[in-house]
Amino acid sequence: MGIRSTNLPPELSKLRDEIRQYAVDYGLDCFETVFEMVPSDAINSLAAQEGFPVRYPHWRFGMNYDQYSKGYEWGLQKIYEMVINTDPAYAYLMTANSYVDQKTVMAHVYGHVDFFKNNTWFSKTNRKMLDTMANHAVKIRRYMDQYGQDEVEGFIDLCLSLDNLIDPHLPFNEPKKVSSKTDDEKDIENKTQDVGRLKVERGYMEKYINPPEFIEAQKQKLAQNQKQEKKFPNHPERDVMLFLMENAPLTEWQQDVLRMIRDEAYYFLPQMQTKIMNEGWASYWHSKIMTTKALKDSEIIDFADHHAGVLTMQPGRINPYKIGIELFRDIEDRWNRGRFGKAYEECADMREKQRWDKKLGLGTQKIFEVRKVCNDVTFIDEYITPEFVDRYQLYTYEYNRRTGQHEIVDRNFDSVKEKLLSGLTNQGQPNISIVDGNFENKGELLLVHRHQGVDLDMKYARETMRSIFLMWSRPVHIETEVDGHKRFFTYTSSHEFVAKD
Amino acid sequence: MIDGVKRDHARFRQIVRGKIKQDLKKYIQHSEMFGRKGKDIVTIPMPQIDIPRFRFGSNQGGVGQGEGNPGDPVPGQGDPNGGDEPGQGQQAGNQGGEHDLEVEFTLEELAEILGEELALPKIEPRGQKTLKSKVDKYTSIASQGPNSLRHFKRTFKEALKRQIATGVYNPEKPVIIPIKKDMRYRSWKSDVKHENSAVIIYMMDVSGSMGDEQKEIVRTEAFWINTWLKSQYKGVEARYIIHDATAKEVDEETFFKTRESGGTLISSAYKLCEQIINQDYPPSDWNIYPFHFSDGDNWSTEDTKLCIDLMKDSLLAKVNVFCYGQVDSRYGSGQFYKDLLEVFGPDSEQVITSRIENKDGILASIKDFLGKGK
Repeated sequence: MGIRSTNLPPELSKLRDEIRQYAVDYGLDCFETVFEMVPSDAINSLAAQEGFPVRYPHWRFGMNYDQYSKGYEWGLQKIYEMVINTDPAYAYLMTANSYVDQKTVMAHVYGHVDFFKNNTWFSKTNRKMLDTMANHAVKIRRYMDQYGQDEVEGFIDLCLSLDNLIDPHLPFNEPKKVSSKTDDEKDIENKTQDVGRLKVERGYMEKYINPPEFIEAQKQKLAQNQKQEKKFPNHPERDVMLFLMENAPLTEWQQDVLRMIRDEAYYFLPQMQTKIMNEGWASYWHSKIMTTKALKDSEIIDFADHHAGVLTMQPGRINPYKIGIELFRDIEDRWNRGRFGKAYEECADMREKQRWDKKLGLGTQKIFEVRKVCNDVTFIDEYITPEFVDRYQLYTYEYNRRTGQHEIVDRNFDSVKEKLLSGLTNQGQPNISIVDGNFENKGELLLVHRHQGVDLDMKYARETMRSIFLMWSRPVHIETEVDGHKRFFTYTSSHEFVAKD
Repeated sequence: MIDGVKRDHARFRQIVRGKIKQDLKKYIQHSEMFGRKGKDIVTIPMPQIDIPRFRFGSNQGGVGQGEGNPGDPVPGQGDPNGGDEPGQGQQAGNQGGEHDLEVEFTLEELAEILGEELALPKIEPRGQKTLKSKVDKYTSIASQGPNSLRHFKRTFKEALKRQIATGVYNPEKPVIIPIKKDMRYRSWKSDVKHENSAVIIYMMDVSGSMGDEQKEIVRTEAFWINTWLKSQYKGVEARYIIHDATAKEVDEETFFKTRESGGTLISSAYKLCEQIINQDYPPSDWNIYPFHFSDGDNWSTEDTKLCIDLMKDSLLAKVNVFCYGQVDSRYGSGQFYKDLLEVFGPDSEQVITSRIENKDGILASIKDFLGKGK
């Protein structure tokens, strides 16, 4: 691993036990958490590898390192905290941090670990990812020895360029049922099945239960289904990586590399789906634990300074930590005072509404429920209120082509909420799926971009199409919208990217 | 640094090098964009290297926070087309903005890139190795020094020796306590190395016909020539001569900034150059590289003849190679270049002539000058 002596010194390990106890007392339910002491340079290395001590060889980790270490050297940024979603969880403490910072970080980390363990979107993640990543590293290194570093690294670049083209719902779907019956068997079954006729126990009921129009409709539906089944893929496939893995003319090692990169993409997915909540929850708890339990009088200024730094909102930007923590606090307050539900919503008397306090005390219970079932989209959708938007001075902005700048549009609650949600839907990535793997019966690939108001960056789209083309090795098409018009682009065999209306 | 990251970092730098090599012409022309960090490190700005993914274009709005009325620009946008996306973490997701990369290279690495791309031969130095350079190496041990250099093993040994000698040592209970006298520290030893030394004598015509663009070209050429020669010799000296009708020696800054008017007598510079060589740089000990840049105008054919005689009779015997670069200007006739070619021919081993039409010609002319391995 290259990291030496990562054990906590006795005073910090005592502190960890103390903080852990506070977390447990507050009802947090964490995996066992291993804290490791690492110097700043190692923290930069770890951050460059997305927290994992062993990754496959790839230049981008080196580029990340270059940027983190420069940012640190120049005093622009400092990584305070890093925690890996595994069981046990691993978290890093920087050796150069002050005592009070270490405390805050520990409390923050326990917030994250509780979230990892209990949030339902994390329920399918691989908790042994530390080992899996290391295995990927070994395998990819072996492929590099065998097929050459440039060859394998080049292919990894192609895979990475598709790693946002996965299906966010896939981890929660039932595994696809693989039909074991042959086509002949199916045909026989279809014939005997008598086109969706409902079961009739008594003969005289037949014409009431299965009237001719119903039979006709059933027949059509069946025909539709059969047509659908002949299509390939039979439903639009969001998981482009999987589709290529199964259908593109790849060698065995390429398939394996693609599979590994895909596994890693799915591992990181829930963290992208819950950025606001995860950081908000962790900040909520570090703040709670520190201010009510762990902080000594002499540490208050340092804590406040650190805390303010984490939660600061620069003009014009949104800080997910801040939105997250404030929304959790808002929910807690509303459920403590009963400021929700029909009676409250419909109360027209502003003075009464302001004084509203049913003394329900349900706040704590509610936020724990929210952290269990929500992701960022449902979190914002369900719990953001006009008062909240008002209090934190949120606004929407649009790009103004004429001035070349982003400009404020309005502070309307509905549009702020809609904009927030549209930025979070599909992790802020374009929704693109494969609809035809045999386009025009020429073995070409057709992708469709489900346009939701924002155009693709065509420069990047071209390069990404190139990646797909290099895997599929037949022309690749994409249907999208540009400036409100449907457009059709093709990446051709001669490496041209052409538009067709 | 974790070993893996070290390897990836090297790999990343290799890719960056590749990009620079690919666009060497562009980087060479714009070497004024390079930043300097200390004596030997240059920083080169270049576009971010990233992995292409489907992503949203710039017509994407978002949510911001703070004061402001509808129609106001969102604060914190640097460059409207690029820089950080406002509302980062929200709209931009994990894409971040299009940051520029700033990569660091030592001059040596830069010279290596130049050498590889232009296929420059290594220079075969002549003369004796007269330059003495002192290299300090921490190979020795001293009984005094700072604690940070304490040599634990040697200190321990000394203490053990002393304790055995004085009979305090007990093998049953081997407790070794060093005292001040036992302390040993790492210390340095000086090595003297003999190196080849070289001097570059830059001469430039600063008469009225040499404009800013021409000087920019000369400056760029000089930067790369320095970089290359410095990679070939330890300790390269540079001297600067400007001339119009008369010549004088100046420092580097003046060299590139001065603009005079009046006539041009190239021989004045060559004379001064010879004088400097005679005074300070015995050819037996030094590798000498005179570089002369002008727009090719000379006052008279007589002076040109004088120049050629000077070169033939004394200069050429003393120098490794004599380089003449002609920067085309609107006013220059370019006659001097033709005259030199006529006398020495295009393949002369002693005189290298190169014509630089504009900035695009810099790369080719650097190859002309340095490609002979002289």
